[in-house]
Amino acid sequence: MLSNEELEKEFQAKIDAEIKIEPKDWMPEAYRKTLIRQISQHAHSEVVGMLPEGNWITRAPSLRSKVILLAKVQDEAGHGLYLYSAAETLGVDREDLIEELHTGKAKYSSIFNYPTLTWADIGAIGWLVDGAAIANQVMLCRTSYGPYARAMVRICKEESFHQRQGYEIMLKMAKGTPEQKQMAQDALNRWWWPSLMMFGPPDDKSIHSAQSLKWKIKRQTNDELRQEFIDKTVKQAEYLGLTIPDPHLKWNEERQHYDFGPINWEEFYQVINGNGPCNRQRLKARIKAHEEGAWVREAAIAYAEKKQAKKTAA
Amino acid sequence: MNIQEALLEYCLRLGDNSLIIGHRMSEWCGHGPILEQDIALINIALDHIGQARNWLTLAGELEGMGRTEDDFAYKRDAHQFRNLLITELPNGNWGDTIMRCFLFDTFNFYLHQILQHSKHDGIAAIAEKSLKEINYHLKYSSEWVIRLGDGTDVSHKKMQNALDDLWMFTGEMFEADEVDNLMLEESIGADLQQIKEAWNDYVREVLEEATLKIPENNWFQKGGKQGRHTEYMGYILAEMQFLPRAYPDAVW
Repeated sequence: MLSNEELEKEFQAKIDAEIKIEPKDWMPEAYRKTLIRQISQHAHSEVVGMLPEGNWITRAPSLRSKVILLAKVQDEAGHGLYLYSAAETLGVDREDLIEELHTGKAKYSSIFNYPTLTWADIGAIGWLVDGAAIANQVMLCRTSYGPYARAMVRICKEESFHQRQGYEIMLKMAKGTPEQKQMAQDALNRWWWPSLMMFGPPDDKSIHSAQSLKWKIKRQTNDELRQEFIDKTVKQAEYLGLTIPDPHLKWNEERQHYDFGPINWEEFYQVINGNGPCNRQRLKARIKAHEEGAWVREAAIAYAEKKQAKKTAA
Repeated sequence: MNIQEALLEYCLRLGDNSLIIGHRMSEWCGHGPILEQDIALINIALDHIGQARNWLTLAGELEGMGRTEDDFAYKRDAHQFRNLLITELPNGNWGDTIMRCFLFDTFNFYLHQILQHSKHDGIAAIAEKSLKEINYHLKYSSEWVIRLGDGTDVSHKKMQNALDDLWMFTGEMFEADEVDNLMLEESIGADLQQIKEAWNDYVREVLEEATLKIPENNWFQKGGKQGRHTEYMGYILAEMQFLPRAYPDAVW
């Protein structure tokens, strides 16, 4: 039998050779834990993310936009399902993961702790939040854990569709009446900085980054992904005729990237730790749905058992 | 009332039923008892809104005044809506919602089964297309009525309560008025008496399997089809129509 050290060496050799790790393969406990944390956090984000967008379904301003938004939120619920399934391949139960969300032990993307105040926020979420998510997720399509990578390939296809839909809302509003344009600008003002925070703390402050890169769970650093996103988004904002709320934003010829102003990391940590505008509401809404749905889940199990018992008796 | 007027009314009834029940179901989005059922309910809401778009677009074509699906959805007041009262009632708990779906889906299923053979091509085409979706809706709600009715004591009580609350809103489905009679005479619309019998048989069968008891009350609420709604309707519209009403010049 191989020693732990040898197993780990073999594992790292596989990673280095770009061979995907599969559920039954040996893996270091820390690798498993990191993945469970990351995948479940990702699944929770999809599910909690249904709330801010769901907030506008009943008020969507046209039937077409209502259908698009409903389908989008449905996709997110579907992403939540794939991701919980991917997490379950690592030997955890969805029910336990949900429990961790409800007790606050597990986190979800902090962006969903911000409120959706106008219809333009639905556009801004699609454009910026899904845009930032895609930057991260495209990278994750090549992540070292097989089931996670495969879930991400499916998710990425749908996400890029969502981003185009979000941009379309922004475009309609930015080119619309003065009130619509103002809503669009206001949405950009409120969502810009939280979107940049979605990539996580700067590389020198990111506690999980180095190991995740070595294991190829991540393949680019937070700062690299953030820069990529900014570079791409500036031009899109220009096309909309909207102003990104950063006076320091400026093309740097030498770096061939945009320079940008300081991110308010104090706000980031405050929101992560429960002090964002909607943390309490979001979590309460999830817990309420879960608790009020308990009788439904229990009845479904009881009925299935009765059916089974009848079958056995017959 | 002439045939053209009746035809328009008929389409609005179909479109408004779908729109308003779809609206109610969409309120569940993100709040369902388990993720799989959240997805299922959103899916059904999507079907309903999609069907509403088809009916309201057809209504606009029949009327010939250039009104679009959105004009009908966003620029009419409550008294101009033609949906059944049962579609606009608040969701209640998940069992209430499922029971409402079941009672309505059964009606909707038999209605569309007949309408797919309507003499009016536009109606027949939409009915045929919708029927595939409605077939699934009915299967879904029937299964859940049985599961919850015959699940635990708690779920049984909740479902019996839901049925008792909703029963008085079922009679309206089969109450034929001038519009229904005219459409039936022209072989465009459905015979509500025929639907009533099929509805009764199927509903009884499912409720029996669900161990639920049909209420004895035979006094039914009505008025939705003629534009006399419940108190809830105004709030649905206040919410649904807010943006186009507040910004009438805007295109979204």
